[in-house]
Amino acid sequence: MAEKLSVDRRDFLKSAAITGAAAIVPGAGAAAAQSAAPAPASAPAQRRETDPTGEGEVLTTDRPGGDFMVDVIKSFNMEYIASNPGSSFRGIHESIVNYGNNQMPEFITCCHEESSVAMAHGYFKAEGKPMGVLCHGTVGIQHAAMAIYNAYCDRVPVYILAGNHLDATTRRPGVEWAHSVQDAAAMVRDYVKWDDSPVSLAHFAESAVRAYKIAMTPPMMPVVVVIDGGLQEDPIEQELNARLRVPKLTVATPPQGDSGAVAEAARLLVNAQNPVIVADRAARTPAGLTRLIELAEALQAPVVDQGGRMNFPSRHPLNQSDSARQLIANADVILGLELFDFWGTVSTVRDALHRTSRSFLKPGAKLISITASDLMTKANYQDFQRYPEVDVAMAADAEATLPALTEACKRLITADRRRVFEERGRTLAEAHTRALNAARNEAAYAWDASPISTARLTAELWAAIRNEDWTLVSESGNSSGWARRLWKFDKHYQWLGDSGGAGVGYGAPAAVGAALANKKHGRLSVNIQGDGDFLYAPGVWWTAAHHRIPLLTVMHNNRAYHQEVMHLQRMASRHQRGITRAHIGTTIDDPFVDYAKIAQGMGIHGEGPITNPDQLGPAIARSLALVKKGQPALIDVVTQPR
Amino acid sequence: MHRIRFVVLGVAVALMPLAAHAQTAPAPAGNADTGKKMYVSYGCYQCHGYEGQGSSATGPRIAPRPLPFAAFSRYVRRPAGQMPLYTTKVMPDADLAHIYAYLESRPMPKAVDTIPILK
Repeated sequence: MAEKLSVDRRDFLKSAAITGAAAIVPGAGAAAAQSAAPAPASAPAQRRETDPTGEGEVLTTDRPGGDFMVDVIKSFNMEYIASNPGSSFRGIHESIVNYGNNQMPEFITCCHEESSVAMAHGYFKAEGKPMGVLCHGTVGIQHAAMAIYNAYCDRVPVYILAGNHLDATTRRPGVEWAHSVQDAAAMVRDYVKWDDSPVSLAHFAESAVRAYKIAMTPPMMPVVVVIDGGLQEDPIEQELNARLRVPKLTVATPPQGDSGAVAEAARLLVNAQNPVIVADRAARTPAGLTRLIELAEALQAPVVDQGGRMNFPSRHPLNQSDSARQLIANADVILGLELFDFWGTVSTVRDALHRTSRSFLKPGAKLISITASDLMTKANYQDFQRYPEVDVAMAADAEATLPALTEACKRLITADRRRVFEERGRTLAEAHTRALNAARNEAAYAWDASPISTARLTAELWAAIRNEDWTLVSESGNSSGWARRLWKFDKHYQWLGDSGGAGVGYGAPAAVGAALANKKHGRLSVNIQGDGDFLYAPGVWWTAAHHRIPLLTVMHNNRAYHQEVMHLQRMASRHQRGITRAHIGTTIDDPFVDYAKIAQGMGIHGEGPITNPDQLGPAIARSLALVKKGQPALIDVVTQPR
Repeated sequence: MHRIRFVVLGVAVALMPLAAHAQTAPAPAGNADTGKKMYVSYGCYQCHGYEGQGSSATGPRIAPRPLPFAAFSRYVRRPAGQMPLYTTKVMPDADLAHIYAYLESRPMPKAVDTIPILK
């Protein structure tokens, strides 16, 4: 048994067709493998072997269950399905590439299930519709788990199909047992919105459509449908084939806030002296950006964009994100739109020997919350943060509620209030200009330093892309928010938020997934890539090369897990032991990683490491030229920590 | 757009009360070259950058013109914000003086108007 289990999963797959057939028909492996060539997709009827190799047994079918599963998936207009290949879904894999002609969905080859899911995560935020993921119900789900958790925390739907072999009497000995499970979705049930393990094709059809609908209803989250190996591979009997149908999909409209609560929120906002709008995952679609602008302009209220989505233009005069703390401390009404952490938005925590916290709200300040997260909260994983004490709580989708709220506000705005708002708007516009100038002045510090400052890196990148139709698909590694401060973001696809769950390893695959979505739109995808994040599953760069995904990646290579360096410093200082060993276990040096070589080895143009800031601009120009021709490219830049 | 929820661990020296500026006692003698090494070995650069330029995510700018030494020293020994404290047991006064000399030695930035891509 141990010897069988030691067989590598990939090696096993290489010989799966032969060994599988041989197990059924001893001594007839080669003939059986040849007979399993792809059949025409259009012929539904079964046919028998004309030259049976053993006891009249049926060895081929023209209509396996996987074909019907593909019919169902095609009804979603799903463009891509990402996967690291696995035997538990070999049936549907074959149906996708042959019966489905590898179109809608197209199979995207990944080197790790974490990459598959994170790619789908990034893809959704760029495209607005789910991407599929195929994975083993056992080791595949285990690999995928962290990325699923990120998507769950980020309220992003990922459509996961997990292979499994439930019927123990039909499993092949060895690996197939190790890769089978009673309840495949159990391991991730705490952080998916819904899952099912259908036991028939008709059951699969309903569950697959239901899963899509549930995933796409706010709060959006990943879903898992377990697809049994037998269901995928077994022939569909003619009688059943005639009855099978794909259920109609109608995606639910997102829930709006209660009309009474909307009216109360409008009253508070219009009468407020210092209202503040704080937005996090508010703009689900392009309309969200437009709707938030309309509300903010109606009230001439400052907007703090926490960046979960592209909520508000960075150069809009009402964008006051750099002054968040001061504005919130002075506010009498705060409107929170899909806030990940409302309590943390209005409170501080001091991470000292004794942790303390306090609210910095002004006494009497009123808090209004609109979030779909109030519609669904799970218990085990604690991403829901501390309990926020708010005055109006709408369990609703913020984007869907904004039009009604804006109209309610407009109805209440008198001429006197409008004059007050206009004056407030002028003051805020001046503050916005001051903040932008301050950011430019700050960026000049350490301009010529080596390692290269994150301000310089970001400014050089902006100079190269500002006249393109660009999108910053990912920004891992923390570059001090320079892009937000220096770049002009005004389109919904130019910023995609972060991982959601802060699970490191999201940045690279999410960037590739978003770039995949952007490819057909002709958008220039740009990625500021943290080095620690890069190293989690670097095989995704091969995926980018293999599928010709244009993506300009600039490494923010600070050669450490710097957040953790600082945590070690904090502990060592607290214990008065000195911090000279804080680098142990937290830095990425000795040897330094040559990211350009890794990229080159994956088939990607790679440059660097670049340590001279004056060499950065020309390197970006060279790589950008290649990306515009349709290739991925990577520039390794040795940077300051943050 | 990095989010507010990112853990902020930096020194909040720039947020110190203005009263601290009143203490204008001269800084003890320090060597900037020695201070540069200590600035790195004590990990100050992790939050404030190798040039003391600061970061909106971790810690404010502390160079090229740091606060008066008395205020600077007091904050390092007993920070009020998120910065980890550095006692004399961990960082002797002489080392702090070297670090201060290094921060004072940092050049002033170029004028923004002379950097075309920042205009």
